[in-house]
Amino acid sequence: MFIGKVVGTVWATRKHTSLVGKKLLLVQPVDGTSLEPYGEVTMAVDHSMDAGTGNVVLINDEGNSARQMLGDKLAPVRTVVCGVVDEVLKNKEYRRHH
Amino acid sequence: MFAAKVIGRVVSTAKYESLAGKTLLLLQPTDWKGNAAGDPFVAMDAVGAGAGEFVFYVKSREAALALSKENKLSEIPPVDAAVMGIIDGVELQEEKSDK
Repeated sequence: MFIGKVVGTVWATRKHTSLVGKKLLLVQPVDGTSLEPYGEVTMAVDHSMDAGTGNVVLINDEGNSARQMLGDKLAPVRTVVCGVVDEVLKNKEYRRHH
Repeated sequence: MFAAKVIGRVVSTAKYESLAGKTLLLLQPTDWKGNAAGDPFVAMDAVGAGAGEFVFYVKSREAALALSKENKLSEIPPVDAAVMGIIDGVELQEEKSDK
């Protein structure tokens, strides 16, 4: 899992059936306290957390757990929003996100 | 899932039997604004995308699942990249772009 910031949304009419009715968010991996971005922006499925642009979220980036969360054994999905981050404490840094 | 532009098609007649009837697309990976990033690769089509379209794709195990027939775990084809959807629009923080 990693901490990410929701930086956008994607909409697509023609998509795989397992994605129908699910929100597609663009997530930028960030440092938990400084919000310094790193790595590549990736698209994550938001099935139940109802996160939006600007939210700091917890992303699950593993296929089996993603399928478990979606309740679909064959969903071709790996990256799923699994939480909204409230606060992060890292060494002596602390940040409250909302 | 990542963004890519479809830059062409690949035709292969002699292919593994469970891949029969599927289209192979040549993808140029891009960022979410559509700027090319990285090297082109071949992906299987799961949605009916065509040349020039802005799409998103999955890699590895998930790609194989995207193309599995009749929701059976026993019939998962050997695929390592699959086009999962055609992007209508992207809204990135502080900037908007349609296609």
